[in-house]
Amino acid sequence: MDILANLAIGFGVALSPYTLFLAICGCFLGTIIGALPGLGPSNGVAILIPITFTLGLDATSALVLMTSVYYGAMYGGRISSILLNIPGDEPALMTTLDGYPMAKQGRAGDALVLSGVASFVGALLATIGLMLLAPTLARVAFYFGPAEYFALYLLAFCTLGGMASNNQAKAALAACIGLGIAMIGVDSSSGLPRLTGGNLHLYDGIDFLVAIVGLFAIAEVFFFIESHGKGSSIGVKLEKVTIPWKDIMATKWTMLRASGVGFIAGILPGAGASLGSFLAYMTEKSIAGPNGGFGTGAPKGIAAPEAGNNSAAGGALVPMLTLGVPGSGTTAVLLALLMTLNITPGPTLFTERADVVWGLIASLLIANFVLLLMNVPMVKIFVKILMVPAWVLLPGVTMISFVGIYSLSGSYFDLLLMIGFGVLGYFLRKLDVPTVPVILGILLGGNMEDALRRAMTLSDGDPMYLFSSPIAIGFWIAAIAGFVAPMFLRGLLKKPAAHED
Amino acid sequence: MTKRFFKALMTSAVLSVGIAGGATAAECIAPANPGGGWDFTCRQIGKILFDIGAVDKPVQVTNMPGAGGGLAYGNVVNERSSDEDLIVAASSATTTRLAQNAYAGMTADQVRFVGAIGADPGVIVVAADSPYQSLGDLVEAIKAEPGSVAFAGGSAVGGFDHLKPLMILKEGGFTDITKVKYIGVDGGADAITQTVGGFTQAMTGDMSEVVSFLSNGDIRVIAVLTDERVPGFEDIPTAKEQGYDVVAVNWRGLYVPKDISDAKFDEWAGKLQQVADSPEWAQAMKDNGLAPFTKVGGDFQSYVDGLVADIASMSKELGVTQ
Repeated sequence: MDILANLAIGFGVALSPYTLFLAICGCFLGTIIGALPGLGPSNGVAILIPITFTLGLDATSALVLMTSVYYGAMYGGRISSILLNIPGDEPALMTTLDGYPMAKQGRAGDALVLSGVASFVGALLATIGLMLLAPTLARVAFYFGPAEYFALYLLAFCTLGGMASNNQAKAALAACIGLGIAMIGVDSSSGLPRLTGGNLHLYDGIDFLVAIVGLFAIAEVFFFIESHGKGSSIGVKLEKVTIPWKDIMATKWTMLRASGVGFIAGILPGAGASLGSFLAYMTEKSIAGPNGGFGTGAPKGIAAPEAGNNSAAGGALVPMLTLGVPGSGTTAVLLALLMTLNITPGPTLFTERADVVWGLIASLLIANFVLLLMNVPMVKIFVKILMVPAWVLLPGVTMISFVGIYSLSGSYFDLLLMIGFGVLGYFLRKLDVPTVPVILGILLGGNMEDALRRAMTLSDGDPMYLFSSPIAIGFWIAAIAGFVAPMFLRGLLKKPAAHED
Repeated sequence: MTKRFFKALMTSAVLSVGIAGGATAAECIAPANPGGGWDFTCRQIGKILFDIGAVDKPVQVTNMPGAGGGLAYGNVVNERSSDEDLIVAASSATTTRLAQNAYAGMTADQVRFVGAIGADPGVIVVAADSPYQSLGDLVEAIKAEPGSVAFAGGSAVGGFDHLKPLMILKEGGFTDITKVKYIGVDGGADAITQTVGGFTQAMTGDMSEVVSFLSNGDIRVIAVLTDERVPGFEDIPTAKEQGYDVVAVNWRGLYVPKDISDAKFDEWAGKLQQVADSPEWAQAMKDNGLAPFTKVGGDFQSYVDGLVADIASMSKELGVTQ
């Protein structure tokens, strides 16, 4: 009853025409920000923060606007993943794996609608989870020390091998390149710079957005130049958008499972939406087995990461609101916004500022429905933004990439770095080395290293510390199984392939 | 079709122009992204300067993140060393990094520190069920067995949060500071999570980071590192009254380029004093968990010089100086 009463207060706040208007604006802007490669949710939200100050918004309105942008960007990221094979933002990375192949088969509309519905399911379940479980789930973070985090990241990397199924060695090589790049910057455990060559610009490490935009968008431009504009892979045709009921029904359990996995990944501080979509994809892939067609345009391969990353986005709000510990890059920016609005997130926020929290939850629910409407029947509007002839689109993508990256740091150095990554991406693709593990290495490598270093500090260098809790041991077993199983299963599962599907 | 596309382009262009803006008025550089402590310093001080009429035009805030403030520092030192209309947000982190040579060879004497007007008091925190009841208990435990207590804090190894317990231990007669375990995590809240979870035994951080955890009973603050007890938190004892004469606060202040005239330097110091005396600033401090800490002009410059020398010698001992 408490929850219903609180929710009523929340809807009272959120349903005022002004707040509703902000939510709709936020959803629209967010979807565009998400869809444009280079402008991800975290820098999108960061760029919009000054606007909330200029508009003189009060705490609730500012929060409503920013979280609608956040949710909107989570929806929007998939559009360019599916149509251009360029992830609109980092969590949409996994959606390229099946979304783009599906679009190439002429089913772009189906892929967009299916992923929109999956996003909706993930985000809705996560918002409900946030509402019901936030105060309880906040305690989960207390069970995660350095050893547990290390094992969790290890799990992510151990399952990487199975991702580029054609050649595990190349996937491992790509992951190592990513891990190597993650080492650049000031080492947080000693404060000393590594691999920076004395260049101040490298002290903060390499922003993964720079890497993503370089490896995907800029590399694509190089391919376009090479082919003189003919036969570029970019620009999938989108005909009629119909609702693929069959696919939606077939993936309903996938969506539910992926939402659960994503939500939990979101709750863990530091793991975030990228890990959520990754784990959701890998879980579904291993459930489906080698004959599930993952990587070739399987509906489940689209539904899983989208449900996963949207529910992780909701999950990430749990530690941010209850502990003040951001669960992802974007929530870190949102946290900063809260602090400037004189709201200190923490265990007491739910009781002391009930109007803010429940207003936020209610507007998330509203934003979610608005987004479903925008992204399913009206998806063509967003698609048209991206569906222009390649000779217009590519310079546009390049320009947006440059503007987006420049707005991150205001330094031309990042632009040079981005071009460098473009060249790297071009050669990696020529050599048939997958680029997704590179990004994951950059994204998670630093965190994994930090966790290991902290564990070693606490235990005086005793490696057994890493196996000191049931949670950590559970992750280790899952990681070893995830690494070893594909090697054996491949041999076993090839024979009885006849009766599959 | 292309029309929509250009609309999208315009959107992104407008968005990015929004943060740059033109500049004829005084400019405040926040050497970090919007939202952090330095950004807060620039926006609050800039706003109050204009509201109380100390400047004619609203102060432009420019965010220049990178290298923990090093990029902005380099920019001021190398390119704008005589810009009289420039102020830059600074805090203990700025002086700590300068003392540890973390700004690629640049030193604290390449700018002028004009003043601090508020500070976030340092605190030492344990979990509610911790056996350590006072700072003395904690120090004795470390003296008996240095590995028995691990600290978690929001700054990197060698950062200000790491130095706080080391200053206390030195004061308590424990000199082998390299033996003290410290892990740097992502911010104060994360450090509290690790401490409440039992992975570390104590948390070192700022008052503002722990306030929201105080009322729900997960943690106990065993010492605040100020001269006197902090208003509003009278039940938290200072380290000083427990016999450890350590004052460590994360001050919020400004520096200005080196080559501006003394008259201009004094003018900025005077304006900062005006902000410190204003009711607007008193309210901003209250809302953000800051305690009064006003030092301006030459007084502040000599405080900073002393701080830099102290941190430099301790950092050398820890082996974190580059």
